Amino acid sequence: MSILVVAEHDGAHARPGSSSALAVARDLAAHSGERVELLVIGRGLAFVAADAARFAPVIVADHPLLANPTADRYAHIIADVAKAREAGSIVANSTTFAKDILPRASAMLSAAMAGDVTGYSFANGKLLLRRPMYAGAAMATVALTGRPLVITVRASAFPAAEPLAEPGERIVWSVDASTLPNHSEYVGLESRPTLRPELTEARVVVSGGRPFRTGEEFEKYVGCLADALNGATGCTRALVDAGIAPNEWQVGQTGKVVAPQLYVALGISGAVQHLAGMKNSRVVVAVNTDPEAPMFSVATYGLVGDVRQIVPELIRELGK
Amino acid sequence: MKILVPTKRVPSTDEGVRIRPDGSGIEDVALAFIINPFDAIALEEALHIRERRGSGVEVTAVGIGNAAFESELRIALAMGADRAVRVDFDGALDPWSVAQVLGAIVRREKPDLVLMGKQAVDDDSNQAGQMLAGLLDWPQATFASKIEFVEPARLSIARETDRGLETVIVGLPAVVTTDLRLNEPRYASLPALMKAKKRPIETISHRDLGVLPEPKVRILHLEQVAVDRVCVRVADAAELVHRLRYEAKVI
Ligand SMILES: Cc1cc2nc3c(=O)[nH]c(=O)nc-3n(C[C@@H](O)[C@H](O)[C@H](O)COP(=O)(O)OP(=O)(O)OC[C@H]3O[C@@H](n4cnc5c(N)ncnc54)[C@H](O)[C@@H]3O)c2cc1C
Ligand SMILES: Cc1cc2nc3c(=O)[nH]c(=O)nc-3n(C[C@H](O)[C@H](O)[C@H](O)COP(=O)(O)OP(=O)(O)OC[C@H]3O[C@@H](n4cnc5c(N)ncnc54)[C@H](O)[C@@H]3O)c2cc1C
Repeated sequence: MSILVVAEHDGAHARPGSSSALAVARDLAAHSGERVELLVIGRGLAFVAADAARFAPVIVADHPLLANPTADRYAHIIADVAKAREAGSIVANSTTFAKDILPRASAMLSAAMAGDVTGYSFANGKLLLRRPMYAGAAMATVALTGRPLVITVRASAFPAAEPLAEPGERIVWSVDASTLPNHSEYVGLESRPTLRPELTEARVVVSGGRPFRTGEEFEKYVGCLADALNGATGCTRALVDAGIAPNEWQVGQTGKVVAPQLYVALGISGAVQHLAGMKNSRVVVAVNTDPEAPMFSVATYGLVGDVRQIVPELIRELGK
Repeated sequence: MKILVPTKRVPSTDEGVRIRPDGSGIEDVALAFIINPFDAIALEEALHIRERRGSGVEVTAVGIGNAAFESELRIALAMGADRAVRVDFDGALDPWSVAQVLGAIVRREKPDLVLMGKQAVDDDSNQAGQMLAGLLDWPQATFASKIEFVEPARLSIARETDRGLETVIVGLPAVVTTDLRLNEPRYASLPALMKAKKRPIETISHRDLGVLPEPKVRILHLEQVAVDRVCVRVADAAELVHRLRYEAKVI
């Protein structure tokens, strides 16, 4: 039996979040005695596979028809590999990649699934998982029936896995192109190039809310402070709705969930849907003109004032 | 063309939920309920498609739950759904069993498109649509922020992913799940709501559908999450930076 970790990658490296999924898998394996294997899917994977093998044995599904992450084909591969390797559990980092593909794979396997897991424990040998519900207002303890179990974990809730002393084996998965579904045609990906760290992986996140009225203004304040702190930029839904910031920067219940060392909220009221995405950050700073803003109730440090005045002052102080 | 829109009844997002002291569930007596916001977006999109394509498009809202679900199904009718169907079921569901029931409805109704929310804002699972597509072996496109017909039976869909906006083309029949920026759902007018009160809601028992919803995920316990930070109010930028450096040691 194995625990299969589906690793997300960018064509060169596994995404750092996958390392937390691996750490969880190793710990589960320590209880169950199963072996841990990584699965990478894509095209031209020699480099990714070598990178991933530093952490665990890797099953490599490399084929031109897998060049793009379409749910139909990737779920098909995951289900096939899970059956062949007798996977008792399938684990991945909770991102839109996994949210798209793993529920489909789990239905194909008639498997039970829990998403966004932030903790787990064992009671009489049975695995209990913890996952947030109601925009993070509640924490549920759930048990899954049957095998395999499909689990996505929030990377920020778990430590990253250490590399092995000796790289793991690389196992080539022979892809049978004739059985691959052909349900969707991938057209392309449009993303804003950024030199800043990825939002869910950054040590520092600086987020802006409604007071920023244009993309330029957002860059001038939120972007510049993020750069001064070597951090990533985030925002509220208000800015994404207004077209000021791209969707992939949205923090919250229906956006990304982050838990950096430092989260700076600039002009953010603190709606529950936003708090769901950041309240587990280690240190939270709130800057707001309204001393009663709910954001202050989850903040470590609060500064009442106008972001347009305070942000330049902060950047100056940081430079000292 | 038939469009099926699964519609879930969820506690209003304006209200803070309270967990029962024994952890068995939420205090739902005084709660206001709404159509899951993502399902309202799915319904709006289905109505858009009907408006653009004219006659020959039928939009059916379907809810799986007890009689209380009828109030949200009536709102769906008032917004413009042609039909409303309730699968009568009063037990526990999980995304897997929801997908099983929806699969049975699909076999019965034979829709060309299932348009549904990417996630229900109470349980936040984000699974039912993908599972349904997997069970049916249908194309899927999740987190849609734009849906366009490129051919009578092919859709171009912009998907909101962590990496940016992805575009895929899927052939019908397909399952599409909605993201927030797809549209602004319309409000049901008061006269429409009054009229919807008199419209029938077709009720089917899960037995008639030949499915027994059997959850694979059991919620054992719920607890309220409280953030216990005491906010230190600082006087100015200099004090903030000083504290971040020497007290919190995060920069
Ligand atoms: C008394 C009670 C007991 C419960 N016990 C459990 C339990 O033991 N285990 C558990 O996992 N959950 C339980 N739940 C919650 C359960 O009903 C969830 O609705 C279910 O898990 C589906 O998850 P989701 O809505 O987050 O799915 P998501 O995947 O987030 O939903 C996506 C979409 O699926 C559709 N959908 C979901 N539910 C319905 C529905 N009922 N009717 C129509 N469309 C729907 C909607 O279009 C929605 O936008 C319980 C609820 C109640 C009231
Ligand atoms: C189903 C659903 C899902 C949602 N999901 C999300 C989500 O994932 N993420 C998310 O963020 N939101 C989400 N929302 C929206 C959320 O409810 C709030 O509307 C949103 O977070 C508010 O954004 P905001 O704080 O930028 O704006 P506002 O609430 O308008 O707050 C602006 C704040 O800025 C302060 N301010 C104004 N001017 C200044 C100034 N010059 N200097 C300093 N402070 C100033 C004001 O005092 C105020 O507190 C969701 C809503 C729903 C219904």
